[in-house]
Formats: sequence, structure tokens, C-alpha cells
Amino acid sequence: MTQESQAIQHEAAHPTPGTYFKIAMVLSILTAIEVGIFYLEFLSYGIIPILVLLSGAKFILVCMYYMHLKFDDRIFSTMFVAGLITAAGVTLALMTLFSFFA
Amino acid sequence: MASAVGAVGAAGHASTESGVWSWITTVDHKRIGILYGVSAILFFLLGGSEAFLIRMQLASADADLISSGVFSQLFTMHALTMVFLAIMPLGAAFFNFLIPLQIGARDVAFPRLNALSYWLFLFGAILLNSSFVFGGAPDAGWFAYANLTSSTYSPGDSMDYFTLGLLVLGISSLAAALNFVVTILNMRAPGMTLMRMPVFTWMALVVSFLLVFALPILTVGLIELLFWRFFDMPFFSAEFGGDPLLWQHIFWLFGHPEVYILILPAMGIVSEILPTFSRKPLFGYTAVVFAGVSIAFLGFAVWAHHMFTVGLGPVAIAAFSASTMLIAVPTGIKVFNWMGTIWGGSLDLRTPMLFAIGFIALFTIGGLSGVMHAAASSDAQQQDTYFIVAHIHYVLFGGAIVAVIGGIYYWFPKFSGHMYNETVGKINFWLMFLGMNLTFFPMHFLGLDGMPRRIYTYDANMGWDLWNGVATMGSLVLGLSFLIFIYNMVTSWLNGEPAEADPWDGRTLEWSIASPPPEYNFEEIPIVYDRDAWWAEKRGKVQHGVPVGGGSGEEEHSIHMPQPSYWPIVVSIGLIIASYGLVYNSGNFIVATIGLLVGIFGVYAWSFEPVNDPE
Amino acid sequence: MAQATADHGEHEATTTGLNHRKMLMWAFLGSDCMFFGSLIATYLVYKGRSLEGPLPIDVFSIPTTSVSTFVLLMSSMSMVLAYSALRRNRMKTFRVWLASTAIMGMTFLAFQVFEFRVFANHEVVVDCHAPIGELSIVELSVRNDKTVGCEATGHDEVEKQVGLTPKTNLFGSTFFTLTGFHGAHVTLGVIWLLTMFFLSFKKGMVTPERNLDLDLAALYWHFVDIVWIIIFTVVYLFGVFPGFA
Repeated sequence: MTQESQAIQHEAAHPTPGTYFKIAMVLSILTAIEVGIFYLEFLSYGIIPILVLLSGAKFILVCMYYMHLKFDDRIFSTMFVAGLITAAGVTLALMTLFSFFA
Repeated sequence: MASAVGAVGAAGHASTESGVWSWITTVDHKRIGILYGVSAILFFLLGGSEAFLIRMQLASADADLISSGVFSQLFTMHALTMVFLAIMPLGAAFFNFLIPLQIGARDVAFPRLNALSYWLFLFGAILLNSSFVFGGAPDAGWFAYANLTSSTYSPGDSMDYFTLGLLVLGISSLAAALNFVVTILNMRAPGMTLMRMPVFTWMALVVSFLLVFALPILTVGLIELLFWRFFDMPFFSAEFGGDPLLWQHIFWLFGHPEVYILILPAMGIVSEILPTFSRKPLFGYTAVVFAGVSIAFLGFAVWAHHMFTVGLGPVAIAAFSASTMLIAVPTGIKVFNWMGTIWGGSLDLRTPMLFAIGFIALFTIGGLSGVMHAAASSDAQQQDTYFIVAHIHYVLFGGAIVAVIGGIYYWFPKFSGHMYNETVGKINFWLMFLGMNLTFFPMHFLGLDGMPRRIYTYDANMGWDLWNGVATMGSLVLGLSFLIFIYNMVTSWLNGEPAEADPWDGRTLEWSIASPPPEYNFEEIPIVYDRDAWWAEKRGKVQHGVPVGGGSGEEEHSIHMPQPSYWPIVVSIGLIIASYGLVYNSGNFIVATIGLLVGIFGVYAWSFEPVNDPE
Repeated sequence: MAQATADHGEHEATTTGLNHRKMLMWAFLGSDCMFFGSLIATYLVYKGRSLEGPLPIDVFSIPTTSVSTFVLLMSSMSMVLAYSALRRNRMKTFRVWLASTAIMGMTFLAFQVFEFRVFANHEVVVDCHAPIGELSIVELSVRNDKTVGCEATGHDEVEKQVGLTPKTNLFGSTFFTLTGFHGAHVTLGVIWLLTMFFLSFKKGMVTPERNLDLDLAALYWHFVDIVWIIIFTVVYLFGVFPGFA
């Protein structure tokens, strides 16, 4: 594969402004749902997993499309996810040690 | 510092320019490596002198050579100096000098960032040590446990020097680590796949990732400590519901990966020396590499074994005990592979080889006492005794320092262009080996006898005189061995025989170029066909490399080297002015702002500085 | 930052074919994850351990913060549109989107300053006839205050200023440190974006061929945004959630 054809392929892989706009709409809707759900008292502790899922979805959308990890080399994703997993692990371990879940 | 730099410059390092200015503005990885190395050795001598004073005070019971306050400053600064200003920068010196040579590159990925790392290291080290002059050095131990560090129990500026010094050193290390990650992944010569990389380069990659992920934890801890002291934010205050133990967790979350940051470069050095002088490829290359990687992974899951006696509860203690014992597995794999490398080889017992073999023996002793600490019930007896002191010195002195000295001998012909004196080198090794064991082995007995660490004197009835006396004798021998080392280095660099390009029949690419290497390292970027690339080429296994330039048919004379720049030192000076502003009387914010502005100005000027552009 | 090295397009003459600076940025972002992770960990470890108020439930206003969260999310969109416009050499569109990204960033910062000030001047109003079991720690302390409390004054309703500062309690320390460092990241991002904006008027400094310079700024900007996505959920929404107070 020549360099040019790679570059062209890459160009095609980049989403259009329309896609970016649609993703922004999804992000807004997800945020609206988050805030809305928050006021539904009958969900009680049920809102925790829902909110985690919703904000996780927003996080992943921004990473994949706006930060174009979906179209980039796996090395970048690996470096970022390694930091993310270590940070999550450290946080959960410290919370456990300080009896957060007890 | 200036005189040391001048001496190195005058010694005729192969470079187009010389003089102090050329060293201040240098972005050449080899020169930065030498700057790192020389500075680190100077700080090593400083830390060694502090240790020597400690040993003199403890030589006999009821001694009053040093007051208890000064003693606390000495043991704190000894540890900080050895960890952050000697062993880490010695590792950085090797990374800088060797990695581009071993992967067949002309420099690191970000030469000016590299210079910034060095200057921040030097200024941060000076900041930390200047506390001795400005009202007393940090004295709360190198891990600076809360409450000792609160503004009540450490009222002066000493702990602020600790905090800001380590913050500056942290920025330096982070910049260097990011730089080496990119250099190693992105600048390998054609054909050098990851599994063809020399083990030293592999360990450098692992260490860089450890730094990238572990340093931010320390940064956060230091920021909280700073805010606690400066702004009375109750991070570790029990009267506000805070928990002093949080500091211990944060510190060791960084501190245990830090242990591997110190030892993995040493393991890499040994993995280079042993095969060369055994005339055999490294036994179990893949296993050694993956053992290093898994040590790094496990390194994040064992931190609380430094805290077995604080009352973590049985579940946590069992979990951390098990994960700590697990680390013995990859470490053992490495030790057995090194022995497999020596086994059946035709050994050439030159000085570097002696140090490498000494490393295996001493590090194994330290590793074994480490497994003893992993058993929490046994650790409860050893916590805060001299048994711990013995353990860390077997792994950090017997391990890291012995390997690093071996590495300096091994690559001395390459970076100086001269041969060292073999006889003096062997005397150096045997004295160091003897002195090391005389000093630190008796500490096992002292610890099991119950002698606590960090006491400035002890009663004659305790029965600790004999082994303390032996340890102090040993430290004299150690000191002598270092004087011999310095003598060998200086005289050999000035008057040693000129070194050939490849005096040891080396295996890796740095031996394929002249000693010392030209500024551009490789005339032609080599093509790698095998692990032990240079052996393969010398044994005629491959046809000679075709010139590969920057990818687009470069002309013979168009080797582009990065230009010198003084912006890195300007940015470092700005940051250090800001740090002094913050330290002075717990915060002179005008000075701090001026320093910050200088730094920001430097960053902008740096960004717009025209760099050597091939187009 | 805006280094004067040329971007060689998508494929580089490096071992991996990836750009040095882009790889540096991703490794740095991985490292920054650990930085914010540790700050969030400290916040969570101390959650519910403050001995006195005000607590999240007293000071947070979810509607206000939802608006600033929305502004920051939209700034991410305009950032990516600015990048897309630059790649297609539409300089005017690019400048409009870039400027709006910076303005939205500054709006977010203004919200944050406003919020910090409101927290610092927090007024507690207590209905003296309300059942004691329904009062929060800080309301209880105002109710029983020896000078302005219900029994001291005999009023039906009492009020007192109980501000939240970094010194007040563990919540204040951990909250202001976490959101303060996030704000510092946003500030740095705004300066970076404004620098790129003004450079774009100088010939040859910001061009489609050199879109990598903007790409790096954009990566940083989106990262700051996703950190806020987590802070908004973990600190704000979970902070006001009764089961977590």
C-alpha cells in the first residue's frame, strides 16, 4: 500500500461535520437523561448503575469520535486505557481499604 | 558543577563544539547523559558522606558526635539523595546515553525536552539540598509520614523544601519518561522489532511506563501535603475527620513502583553485561523481558506491604501478602535466566562481569529477606528495625548501585573513548563487595535483636555495640572502594589508552560505531536482522546494511542534527524561581509569580524557536 | 505546543508510522488520567467523613452545574468542528468554531468562579418547626446555634452564613482541589486555543498541512471535557444523591 492511498483511506475514515453534530446531540440527550433520572426518587439506589452507564457512554463517545481513537492506531488507545484502568483500580482499591463500601 | 562540566568538556569528548556554553545549550543525548551521570555521582558522594556521618555516630553506644536533630536530617536527606538524586538520575544517564545508540537512532524524539529534564533535575536537587543552608533540611524521614509533616510538628520551611523539591524532580522525571516512551517505540532502526530490542532498552521502556503512571500519584500527594501546610486544608488532620494513613497509602502507591523504577534499569544493565562476557546470547530472552513487564504490573498491587503494622485488617493483609509473594516469581525467573546465561559460557571475568555476578548474589540475598517481609506475621517483628535497613541496602546498594557501577565500567570505553585500568577495577570490585557485606549484613542481626531504625544513639546495655562497630568498619571499606572508583574513572578518562570501537566483542549496536560516538551516532542507520544485532552482523549472518536515511533518499551529507537551545534552561530557571518563591517563609507569591512568568515566556519562546527542519 | 516542525501528513517516517508528538500527547493523557484518578480517589475516600457542614447536599445546585456541563460538552463539539474545518481548508469556519470553543471554555470557567463564590457565601435557612430528623448536619448546627439559633432567638425561622471554603472540612478540601485543578486545566486549554486563534492570522502558522498542531490542542481539550463528565457524575450527581450523603 502506498503512502498516498493510506492517507486517502484515512481521510475517508474521518467523520463528517454532520456526524460530529449528531454525536453532540446524543451527548446532550444523555446529559439531559442523567439530570432527569436524578429527580426520579422511586429509582433509589438504582440510579447509581444507570448514571455510571450513561456517563460511561458519554466518555466513550467523546474518546472514540472526537478524539478519533476509533480511527487511530491501537498504541494510542492502549496508552490511554492503561492509565484509565490503573486510575480506576487505584481508586477502587483505596475506597475498599477505607471501608467505603462497608 | 561548572568545574565538573568543564573537566568533562576538556577531556575531549568528540563533538564539534566545546566550552561551558555548548554544554548549557546542548541537546545531544550523549552529552546530556554525561551531565546526568557526573551530577548523579556528585550527589551520590554527598549522600554517601551523610551515610558515613550516620555510621560514625552509631559506631559505639551513647555517642554524641551528632545531635538527634541533625541525625534526623541526615538519615532523611541520605535516603532522598540516594533515591531521587543518585540512583534515578544514574538510570537516566544510562537511558540517555544508550537508548538511541542501542536502537540505532541519532537522538531522542524530543531533544530539547530532554535538556529540560536534566536542568529541572539539577535545579530541583539544588533546591532540595539548599535547605541545609536555609534553616535545616527535611527531617521527617524520606516517606514523610503525616502527622510528622504537619505545620505543628514541622514548623519551619524544611518540609516545604521536600515538597517542592520532589515536585520539581517529578516534572523532570515525567518529561524524561514520556520522551523515552516515544523514543523507544518510534525511533527504532528498520528491522528492530520489539522482541529484537536489547534487554536494557526493554527495561528502560518498562521503567518509563512505570514513571508515567506512578508519578502523578506522588504529585497529588505532594500537592495535598503542600495545601495542608500552606492553606490549612485538613487533608490529613484527624481533628477534621481526616486520616493520616491516606498519606501512607498515596506515598506507597507511588513508592512501590518507584522501587522497580530503581531496580529494573540495573537488571537491564546486568542482562547486557552477562551475555557479552559469557560469549553466549542471553538465556531465555523472552522470559526475562516478560518477567520485567510482569514485575511492573504487580508493582502497582503490593504497596500496602509497607503498612502491615498500621491495622489494615486481615483480608487486606492476606491479599497484599499474597501479591507480594507473587512478585518473587518473575524475579526468580530473571535470576535463573542470568545463571542459565553464565552456565556453560566461556567466562571472561573482567571488572564489569565481576560486578554483574556480584549483583546476582547480593540482589538474591536482598530478595530473600524481601520474601520474609512479605509474610505479614514475620514482618510485624521486622517493621522499623535494622532488618529492613539491611534489606533495602541489599537490593538498592547490592542490587542497583553494584549493577550501575558495573555498567559504568562496561560502557566506559564507549562514552569516554578510553580504557579503564583493569587491575584497579578489580580491586574496586572486591573492596566494594567486602565493604558492602561488612556494612549491611550485620544489620540483619541488629534488626532481629530489636534495634529500631532512625535512632540517633543507643544504650550500652542493649548489646548492639559489636555489630554496629563492624558495620561502621565496613562503611570505611566502602568509602575507600568509592575513592578508588573515582580515581580509576578520572585517571583513565585523562590518561587511559584509547579505546577501540568494540573492545568487548559486544552484541548490541552501540559497539558498531566509534568510541566515543560521533555527534550523529550512525553514518548510516543500520538495518537489524536479529536479536544481538551487532553479533549477527559480525558473524556474517546478514548482508551489510543498505543506507536508509530519513525515509526519502537522503544525501550523504544531509544528516540533520537538532540545534542547541537555551530555552530549556530558561524554563527550568523560571520554575525554580517559582519554587523558591513558594518555599520562602511558606509562600512569597510575588516571587513565585515572577518565576512562573519567566517559565511561561520560556515555553512560548521554545515553541516558536525555529528547529532544524529537513524540508 | 505550536512547534515549528512540519507535519508530514498521516504517515510518518517513524518505526510505527505514528507522529512523535501525537504519541507524546497520548502518553501524557494516560498519565493525566492517573493525576485526576488520584484526586478523585482522595475525594471519594473522604466522602461522608466530614465532621461538620456544609456538605454536597447543602451547597450543590444541579440545574446550575448541568448548564455549565452542557456548555463544556458543546465546546467539545465546536472544537472538533474547528478541526474538521481546518483540514478542509475553510479558514473562516475554522476561526469561528475555534473562537466559540475558547469562549465556551471561558464561560465554563466563569460558572466555576461563580459557583465557588456562592459556596463560600452559603446561607443556611432553617425552619424551626421542621422535624429534627429531616435536618442536615449543618442545618442542625444552625438550629442549635447559641447566638442565632431557634432557642436563642425564639424566631420561627433562623439563618446563618456557613460558607464552604477549602479549610472548612474534608469535603471542601477535596472538592476545591479536584475541581480547582480541573479549572486550571481548562484555563491552560483556553490559553492554548487563543494562541492558536491569533496565530491563524499570521501567514503559514496554522494551515491544513499543519493540522497536527490543532489536533494536539483538541485532544487535550476533549480530555478535559471527559474528565468533567466523570466529575459531574461522581462528585455532583452522586454528591447530592441522598443514599450517598
